[in-house]
This record gives sequence, structure tokens and C-alpha cells, in this order.
Amino acid sequence: MISYPKTCRRTGQAVITGHEAARQESFDVNIIRQLTEKPWLVKDRSIVEDIDESAFPSAVPTGLWVYFAVATVLFSLIAAAYLMRMGVGHPGEGLDWRSTPKPSLLWVNTVILILSSFTFQWTRAAARRGQTDRVAIGLLTAGFFSFAFLVGQLTVWRQLADAGYFLTANPANAFFYLITMLHGLHLLGGLVAWSRTTAKLWDGFEPAEISLSVDLCAIYWHFLLVVWLAFFYLMLST
Amino acid sequence: MAYATLADDLKELHHPKTWVGKYVWSQDHKVIAVQYMATAIGTGLIALVLSDLFRLQIGFPGSVSFMTPELYYQFITMHGMIMVIYLLTALFLGGFGNYLIPLMLGARDMVFPFVNMMSYWFFLLAVLVLVASFFVPGGPTGAGWTLYPPQAILPGTPGRDMGIILMLASLAIFIIAFTMGGLNYVVTVLQARTRGMTLMRMPLSIWGIFVATILALLAFPALFVGAVMMMLDRILGTSFFMPALISMGQQLGYNGGSPILFQHLFWFFGHPEVYIVALPAFGIVSDLLSVHARKNIFGYRMMVWAIVIIGGLSFIVWAHHMYVSGMNPYFGFFFATSTLIIAVPTAIKVYNWVLTLWKGNIHFTVPMLFAIGFIFTFINGGLTGLFLGNVSVDVPLSGTYFVVAHFHMVMGVSPILVVFGALYHWYPKITGKMWNEKLGKLHFWLTFVGTYLIYFPMHYLGFLGMPRRYYEYGQTALVPHSAHMLNAFITVVALAVGVSQLIFFYNMIWSYFYGPKAEGNPWKATTLEWQTPETPPAHGNWGPKLPTVYRWAYDYSVPGAPDDFIPQNVPADGTSRHHRT
Repeated sequence: MISYPKTCRRTGQAVITGHEAARQESFDVNIIRQLTEKPWLVKDRSIVEDIDESAFPSAVPTGLWVYFAVATVLFSLIAAAYLMRMGVGHPGEGLDWRSTPKPSLLWVNTVILILSSFTFQWTRAAARRGQTDRVAIGLLTAGFFSFAFLVGQLTVWRQLADAGYFLTANPANAFFYLITMLHGLHLLGGLVAWSRTTAKLWDGFEPAEISLSVDLCAIYWHFLLVVWLAFFYLMLST
Repeated sequence: MAYATLADDLKELHHPKTWVGKYVWSQDHKVIAVQYMATAIGTGLIALVLSDLFRLQIGFPGSVSFMTPELYYQFITMHGMIMVIYLLTALFLGGFGNYLIPLMLGARDMVFPFVNMMSYWFFLLAVLVLVASFFVPGGPTGAGWTLYPPQAILPGTPGRDMGIILMLASLAIFIIAFTMGGLNYVVTVLQARTRGMTLMRMPLSIWGIFVATILALLAFPALFVGAVMMMLDRILGTSFFMPALISMGQQLGYNGGSPILFQHLFWFFGHPEVYIVALPAFGIVSDLLSVHARKNIFGYRMMVWAIVIIGGLSFIVWAHHMYVSGMNPYFGFFFATSTLIIAVPTAIKVYNWVLTLWKGNIHFTVPMLFAIGFIFTFINGGLTGLFLGNVSVDVPLSGTYFVVAHFHMVMGVSPILVVFGALYHWYPKITGKMWNEKLGKLHFWLTFVGTYLIYFPMHYLGFLGMPRRYYEYGQTALVPHSAHMLNAFITVVALAVGVSQLIFFYNMIWSYFYGPKAEGNPWKATTLEWQTPETPPAHGNWGPKLPTVYRWAYDYSVPGAPDDFIPQNVPADGTSRHHRT
């Protein structure tokens, strides 16, 4: 739809509404254009009337994406430390590195995490269509898979410890515990958001009202899945 | 009345009724800012007292009866860590970031007020854990603020038992606290700017704080990983950083760890940390110079780009802190080159500050004095950075007082001068009262001249080859009598500067109760925080209607305008600049 610019009765200058102003100014995605603006020139386009404060989108998705940047740096640094401790590119270092045994349960856990991610995606679509029952089923199933994953990871810890591969057995083991711990803590944090979303549904919120929360949970779970797959690959290949 | 926050229409601002709700468990960014400032400055005072105590030991060995070598190292460690992280980082980002971002951008609050409040309480917890290490058996860690393994966790290093554990725990908590705050600052800048506040109309203070926050969000994870790994090495006996070694005649259980790995992680955080402190100072000082010289900042766009470029470059220079670790010469060559390249955008900023003053209508107010003082100390500290950025110059100087002089000038004194300037500048807005000008000027001259007298001679001591980190020098041919004299002189001045800070605290506290009432815009500044309907601003900042921004933040002395400043929320009426500035 094409909208025609209105003009201000008093000044005759072009007037834009809050929505358009928001889109043009606050959320202009062309970063180069934004950063080369000449701000000392006073421009007509900033004459804005009829501001609707509630027209602005939620800040939570942006917050989540900024957090992904932080978490990506965190996990990348661990991967870098992992490779450096192995002695990659430094002959004569990392001679004490021994590959950790990978219990077959790890594969099961990986499949469970993939399933929880898929369930969230399915729930997301159901929330958008406003299907309360499906959203409820989806949230509970996704939560169940997530807890199952955490229990599975703890079981792997036990299996390794029983087999004599605790933290200090060799550096690969220490990294294994560190990585699974940090990844598990991130998943626990996600489960806090998940429980708040689920509780809202039980309090009678409509699917449309919690749709954003479900979206964000799904995206967060996909992110943690990618992190896990990357580390699983790293550990399998070294 | 309840207003929706700008960015999130689902949440209404929560207006507490009780005193505790308003001033303790507050979600108001202004209260959180003051909490951050007070906690950071209080912790900084501890670090100031520690520095005067160990300075006494350096200048007059044996004069402090309880000063053992262990205590000396514990004091310099805690002094460094507190000043860099718990004072400067927390004050610039948690304090000024919290106060200025919503007010300068025309928002009602941060976008996640609850998370913002949690950020402060986690920060306070981090401070308490840190301070607790003074009271545990063995005392705080004495490993130096860089906490290099293996010595940081080996028997024989002070605070090896509990101190190092509390230090690492405190850092981890601080990073969690900062991440919560930092998410708020970044998303508020991205999404909660009022109408008309384009990115390039933001005051440079906000640009500095914004880019510094991004740096901190991306750099602190390195310290977090390092702290967690060292904690595992210390408590559970893993060997991330600990090589096989014999300590005090005993073979320890460690095997194969890499101390250099820790250095990389530490400095991947540690170098951006310099700019986490410096960029907000750059931004704030730009605004102070512009307001008090009644002149627009010279080269605004260049200033913004320089901040962004410095921020980017700061991630690829970290190993210049590790020239003496025995690195590959090509590696050193790369890092020396990238380090020297940073001098280009930094020099642009310095020229622009000076050119802002040129032909300005300079008012020597107290904030202006501090801002100009900053230019002097920063040029001084920056130029010695060019020396130390070169491998061949750094290697002989690395272990000497030259380095102490360099980093205190560039990231100690310079940011602190900006902190004082900023506190004097925004105090009337924060409290609604005005401080005493004579005391302010006295405080400035004592602090500026005093700190120069402390750190300038240290360059000379460094060239003499005087080693840093020593508890006592004794009688050696290496350290001539004149150097001892200079050391004693530095200590006397350091004590005087330390005591003279009481003038500042007296001025701030006395003025709060008895000072004259401040106007809403005492400096006749253009930025939005001075245009609030109330001073100090009420909860929600703006009354029923958000301000709309029509111009940049630097319309000072515009030809043809009735006043020598046009606030950002004044519509265009023909007096705007339609020419290149």
C-alpha cells in the first residue's frame, strides 16, 4: 500500500506519523546511511506529530539477539581455548591431551535436544494460529524433552566419573565438563523463561498474548542446539 | 500517573509507594545510577587508601609498621583491580550510562527496568565478595591485578587459600551483573530513542558509552571463561592453565596446562577494557568541551567514526601486553602494527577537541577545567603508549616504572579527571543543588597538578631502569640516591592528593544539604537531560509527553539565534545551520 505524505497546515512541511517516523528514524536498517547523516542540518522529516508511544515494537527480541552475540563470544572463546590447549599449531604442546570417551547416551541426548527444538518450532506455529490446546501440548512436550536432555547429560557425567574419567583425568575431560556445564546452565536459564510462558498459558492468557514469548523460547532453543551441535562435533572430531 | 515505556507497550512503569521501594529496590534508572555511582566511588576510596599505604612503603620503607611484603602485594593487587573494574567500569557504564542514556535519548527508563535493578544488586554482591577477601584467612590475593597463573594459585603467593577464590568469584558475579546492565544500555540506545533522535543526533557521551558497552559485552566473556577455568584449576585440580611443576620441593598434580592461554584470555578482555574506560571518557569530555566553550564539537561525524573504529581495533591489539612472554616475532610485529594504527583515530579525536576550543567562548568552569586537564594527561599518556607499542622499546621498559607512569596517565588520571568533570557537570541535574565553585577549583588544581607530579617523574624512574612491583629496593648501585629522593617526593604528593579528595566529598555532601538550588539548565546546554520538566527529573522523566528532537546536540552560538544555544527539542525556525560547520 502506498501512503501519501501529509503536509503540516501551519508550516506546509511534510508530516509523517509516529509509525513512519519510527520506521524511518529509529529502525533504519541502512547503517551506512545512518552513520553518514549530516546532523547539523535541521531537516523537515523530523517534524513529527501524533506520536503513539505504544506503537513501538517490544525490545525483548533485540535484547535476545544482543545476548546471542555475548554467548557466541563466550562459547567461541571456549572452543579457541580447547584447540589451543590441545596444542593445535604448536608442536610439543598438549602432549597430555587424551580424547574423552563418548558414551552412546550422548547421541540420545543430542536427538532429544533436536526434538525439543522441533517441538518449540511446532508450538510457535500453533501459537500464531491461536490453537490453545496445541500450544499447551507443545510447551509441555518441549519442556519435557529439555529436562530429559539435562538428566541425560547428568547421567553422562555419572557414567564418565564411574569409568574413571572425572575432571582431572585429562584436559579433554575438563573441557567436556566445563562445556556441558555452561551449556546446561544456559538451558536452565531458558527453562525459567519457558516456565513463565507456560504459567501464563495456564493463567488463561490467549495464545496470541504469549506468542512472542513462545517465539523467543524457540529461537533460544535453536541457538542452544546449534551451540551443542558445534561442540559435539568438536569433541567427536578431536 | 503511569506511562508506558517507549519500547515496550506491555509494561507500565512501576511506581513504588514506600521509601524502600523508591530508593532501595528501585527500578528507576536514575536511582540505580546513583546507587552504582555511590558503590563504585566507595569501593574506589578503599583502593585510594591502599595506594597511599603502599606508596608510603615505596617512598619510606618500613614507615608503615604492619606492611609486610605479602600485604604490599595484596594492596597493589586490590588497588589495581578495584580501580579498573569496580570503580571505572562500574562508574562510567553503570553510573553515567544508567543516568544519561534514557535522559539524553528522551526515554522514560531503560527498556528492561527489572533486569537493570538486578544488575546493580549483582554488582553490589560482587563488591561485597571482593571486600570479604580482606577478612578471610590469608587475606586477599596478592597475585597482581592480572592474576597470572601459575603463581596466582600456587602456595607462597599471598591469598592463595581463599583470596584468589573470592577474587575469581567476584569477577564472575561482576560480569553477570554487567551483562544484565549492558543488554539494557545497548537495547535502550537501539530502540528507545525518542522521535527525531537519529543515531547521528545522539550526544557523543552516548556514543562513547554505547560503543564501550558493546566492547564490554564482547570482551568480558573472555575474563569469565578465564576466571571459571582458573577456579577449576584451583579448587578441583584441573590443568587448564597449570603446567607440570615442582613447588617448594613437591611435585604438584598439575600437568600440561598453558599459562599463556590464560594471558591470551585475560588480555583479550584486558585490552578492550582500556577502551571500555576510555571511550565513555572520550564521549563525555567532548560534550563538556562543547558546552563550556559554547561551540559545536569540531568534526562530529569524524568523532563518531573514530569511536567506532577505535572500538573495533581494540579487539586486535591484545597481545601487545604480552611482548615479554616469548612470543613469535612475527606475532609481535602484527600486534605492534595494529597498536600503532589505533593512534590515528585517537589523534583525530585529540585534534578535534583542541579545534573545538579554538575560537570558542571558553568558560573556565570547574567541569571545563577538568576537561582541559584531561586533554593534557591523555596526550601525555597516549604518546608514551606509542613508545610501549613497539616491541623493541617495550621489552626493556616493560618491567619498569615507565609502564606504571604510562597506564596511570592514560587510563587512571585521564578517565578520573573526566569522572570529576562529569560529576561536577551533572551534579545540579542529579541533586537539584549547586556546589561551591571555589572549592571545586581548589579540588581541580590540587588533583591535576598533584597527579602530574606523581606520574610524570615515574617516566624518568622508568628510563633509569627502576623495576616496578618491588617491595623494597635496599642499597644497590642500580637505584641511585636521586631515585630514592624522587620516590619519597612522589609519596608525599600522593598523600597530599589523596587527602585533597576530601575537599570534593565535603563539597558534594555539604552542597547536597545546604547548597543553593540549581536551575534546570545551569550550563545552558542543548541536550535533552537539561530540558526535563522537573529538576531532579521525576520518575518517567518527561511528564505526559515525550520530547521530540529536531536538531543535533551541538547547536551552540548559531548565527542569528537569540540565545547562544538551541536545545535539541526546539523546532526548526530558520536559525538552524544550513551550512557546513
